[in-house]
Amino acid sequence: MSKIIEGLKYCDTHEWVKVEGDIAVIGVTDYAQKEMGEITYVDCPDVDDEFQKGEEFGALESVKASSDLYSPVSGTVVEVNGAVVDGPELVNEDAFANWIIKIRMSDPAELDSLMDASAYKAMIEE
Amino acid sequence: MSSFHYFPHTSQDISAMLKRIGVNSIDDLYSDVPADYMYKGEYDLPEAMTEQEVRDFFEGLAAKNPKLKVFAGAGAYDHYTPAVIPYITQRSEFLTAYTPYQCEISQGTLRYIFEYQSMICALTGMDVSNASMYDGPTAAAEAMRMCVAQTKKRNTILVSNTLLPQVRGVIATYAKYYGVTVKEIAREGGQTSKASLKTLIAQGDVAGAIVPSVNRFGIIEDLSGFADALHADKSLLTVYCDPSALAVLKTPAEWGADIAVGDAQPLGIPLSYGGPYLGFMACLKEHMRKLPGRIVGQTLDKEGRRAFVLTLQAREQHIRREKATSNICSNQSLMALWVTIYLSLMGPVGLKQVNDLSYRRAHYLQRRLLETGKFEAVFPDSPFIKEFVLKPLVPAAELQQKLADSGFFGALETEDGYVSFCATEKCSKADVDAFVNALI
Amino acid sequence: MKYYDKLIFELSKPGRIGYSLPPVCEKCAGTDSIPASLRREVPPGLPQVSEVDVVRHYTNLSQMNFGVDTGFYPLGSCTMKYNPKINEEIASMPAFAALHPCQTNLTGVDEIFKGIDKALCEITGMKRFTFKPCAGAHGELAGLMIMREYHLSRGDTNRTRIIVPDSAHGTNPASAAVCGLDVVEVKSNAQGLVDVNDLKPLLDDTIAGIMMTNPNTLGLFEKDIKEIAYLVHAAGGLLYYDGANMNPLIGTVRPGDMGFDVLHLNLHKSFSTPHGGGGPGSGPVGVCEKLTPFIDVNVSGFHGNFGVILRAYAYILMLGRENVKMCGRLATLNANYIKESLKDLYKLPVTTICKHEFVFDGLINDGARDGKKGATTLDVAKRLLDFGYHAPTIYFPLLFHQAMMIEPTETESKETLDGFIEAMRKIAAEAAEDPDILHDAPHNTPVSRPDETGAARNLILKFQDACGC
Repeated sequence: MSKIIEGLKYCDTHEWVKVEGDIAVIGVTDYAQKEMGEITYVDCPDVDDEFQKGEEFGALESVKASSDLYSPVSGTVVEVNGAVVDGPELVNEDAFANWIIKIRMSDPAELDSLMDASAYKAMIEE
Repeated sequence: MSSFHYFPHTSQDISAMLKRIGVNSIDDLYSDVPADYMYKGEYDLPEAMTEQEVRDFFEGLAAKNPKLKVFAGAGAYDHYTPAVIPYITQRSEFLTAYTPYQCEISQGTLRYIFEYQSMICALTGMDVSNASMYDGPTAAAEAMRMCVAQTKKRNTILVSNTLLPQVRGVIATYAKYYGVTVKEIAREGGQTSKASLKTLIAQGDVAGAIVPSVNRFGIIEDLSGFADALHADKSLLTVYCDPSALAVLKTPAEWGADIAVGDAQPLGIPLSYGGPYLGFMACLKEHMRKLPGRIVGQTLDKEGRRAFVLTLQAREQHIRREKATSNICSNQSLMALWVTIYLSLMGPVGLKQVNDLSYRRAHYLQRRLLETGKFEAVFPDSPFIKEFVLKPLVPAAELQQKLADSGFFGALETEDGYVSFCATEKCSKADVDAFVNALI
Repeated sequence: MKYYDKLIFELSKPGRIGYSLPPVCEKCAGTDSIPASLRREVPPGLPQVSEVDVVRHYTNLSQMNFGVDTGFYPLGSCTMKYNPKINEEIASMPAFAALHPCQTNLTGVDEIFKGIDKALCEITGMKRFTFKPCAGAHGELAGLMIMREYHLSRGDTNRTRIIVPDSAHGTNPASAAVCGLDVVEVKSNAQGLVDVNDLKPLLDDTIAGIMMTNPNTLGLFEKDIKEIAYLVHAAGGLLYYDGANMNPLIGTVRPGDMGFDVLHLNLHKSFSTPHGGGGPGSGPVGVCEKLTPFIDVNVSGFHGNFGVILRAYAYILMLGRENVKMCGRLATLNANYIKESLKDLYKLPVTTICKHEFVFDGLINDGARDGKKGATTLDVAKRLLDFGYHAPTIYFPLLFHQAMMIEPTETESKETLDGFIEAMRKIAAEAAEDPDILHDAPHNTPVSRPDETGAARNLILKFQDACGC
């Protein structure tokens, strides 16, 4: 059973969003890290990079696969989590505790179109 | 069924096999091919030759090419090949293996690639090398793509005029289709012009610059200030180098380069009419995720023994497909083995000796050629090791004909109207004297 | 194979030499005359080893390697056929080795290129070849460049997209991307073939063409090729043939006759040149008449891998008119024989006749039981190593999650195939009884399964990383 946390927003591409004011803290779900297997690298963007909602911002890599990461919201990257770059296994250990990037949102209304915990739970249980 | 020594099947074998499959004839296995596509009649190919006939055939063709003592470079250098090398590379466990996907039975291949990567890094000063590219020019083209990938929104590459013409040509081809703008950095005398570089950087959109360490005139370039100018603009420096000369010359790393590329043919690979040669590519750690090609890494097996594997495969085409760093699959692996053995035999001392001997021969050659009065010095104070250019006072074609008539190859014409010469440790003093006499 | 764990750097001792060079005259100027500002500060960290130790080291390394000469190598899509030794003799003739690539008036060399060009045209139905590409993927890139040039010459600047089947080898979309083309995927149908109904709506005036291989990566002949060729041409596109699967067509079908406009061949696959541990290969590109004006794409420094081209030409001359017709046929016979002999134990997703290769989708009975995971395709592959065989290609094509692609080639005898079949049957039996035998495999190789995650997380990519020097 994949772990799901209430109070977060979710994408159908398995990213989660925690809202802190105008900042979206973004990571991948427990389901995503399970699918990937042992993560060997988290490919992150740079601070000040800009993304549109749905745009690819990085990737998770394992020995035999690569899985793109898609931005749930539009905005500018303000912080990248160096800890997951140095220790990609952290995402396997606890996907919800180890965020990947923080984006300053340009249009917080986009959050409304994301899923809540129960909708995401329903999706992955299908 | 006629017997052919590469087809082991007897007619009984074929009958038994067809029976197991449940068809009457082999052509039944092509029943899903539209009938009009099956080739009918004979192919217009020569009659099958026996081994001896093949030998005679190729010996006849070999004899139809003039046998000339080489005094030319231009990207392919006639250095001595130690006898050991083909003896090892012809070992069928190396020769007839493929890419080391099943690492448990490919430790031989994986380990020599790891050694090769280590040696390229030792020569260039870089942090990470890949397992090889096709040749120097394609490695430079891949460096171009890597600069564009690393700098994200930038789309212009600066390419020095003093790079070999075939290097510039291949970069231009790849750039054209990939959609990258190439701007040429002018030359100033016999060197890449730093002023031209700075002007072009100021025009903006520069992802990187590719400049030679030893250029097409054979001249050793002074690249001081190049890395600083590019890095201040957040663009990358790629240095195209002769790995043999790196025995003694300042390394790309010492020049501040981000990427080092070149052709390792001068490390004992025979001229062989242009191929197979060996492109190499190495970079600083911070760029390694964008490095194309295969990379071997060290790890442990289940029993804790040291083992080697292909790693960082998530960059490659079989995983990333259209998002891969490159489309490269097969590279020049056996030539990497060739060069690894060469460098193991030579070591730092032998490799320097190759360059010292070549230096001596080439400088003697230059002095004697100038004494003939048929040439003018060009770029007289520019340092070189084994290759140099002169301005001919007679037509180049005339020089080449005289040389050919006496069994020599040299005096290649450059795009600027000079002629280039090269002398290596394979040329004796007597060879040089005979070469010069052929021109008088 | 015996575990030998030295690296050449570990055999090094200062003062040892392995070379034979004339001495440098002490008094004469050498590279020390070069200004210090242009010289490196410290000599390169290369090993110093005597000749004997170099020879022993690489001989021992070779004994941890498996090649076609060692045993059966059914690596699907790679055509690991026997590499004739006469080819090696020809390629190493000193007269060829001594030729500088800038030399001209080489009558013998010209005849070689003309001869192999003509032979390859005859076998493929193309009009002219370029030999500059150094590998299959390089040939793909060159071929795509030729296609783009053709369209651009007609003012057709809109055609920047290329259709690639979802079953295609990774180099196809990767080469398209390097060539600046956007990839459009066409789906495969339930029979594993290009779905013509999915193809039709994709064809418009933005399409440069389609890249295909035939037989496809499942070893199945694309029966609808006539219709596909018609549709793509009618939409103004070109057909590119990926020659990686050419082997069963040698002597049977010519891509040119099927409507392909441009193709590459892998000389290191269907034309018997050795794989060399990962190259050098050669990827000559052949074109139809209307593309010949665009054939000279400048994709490599000189003339291509001449040494490899020599080997392929020698092979073609030995095959000759008489034997070429059996080449593809025997490869197809061998593949179908293995398929029929194992389909009761391994899942066959497509049951029709195959050509030179076919795909199993894992074991029928993988031995999974309460708590214990079943044996995967990876486990089968590793256990095969214990039996003295190289594993087939695994986890490709991506259409089947436990894919195992087997390509025997025509140079294998019935006895060899029977031995392989028997090993595969034993392995299937082992899996059914206790999949752990396979999970722990291989047991009889110099190293056992490596920690690949560790290799990727803690990167040691050169000797200097490990020793800290």
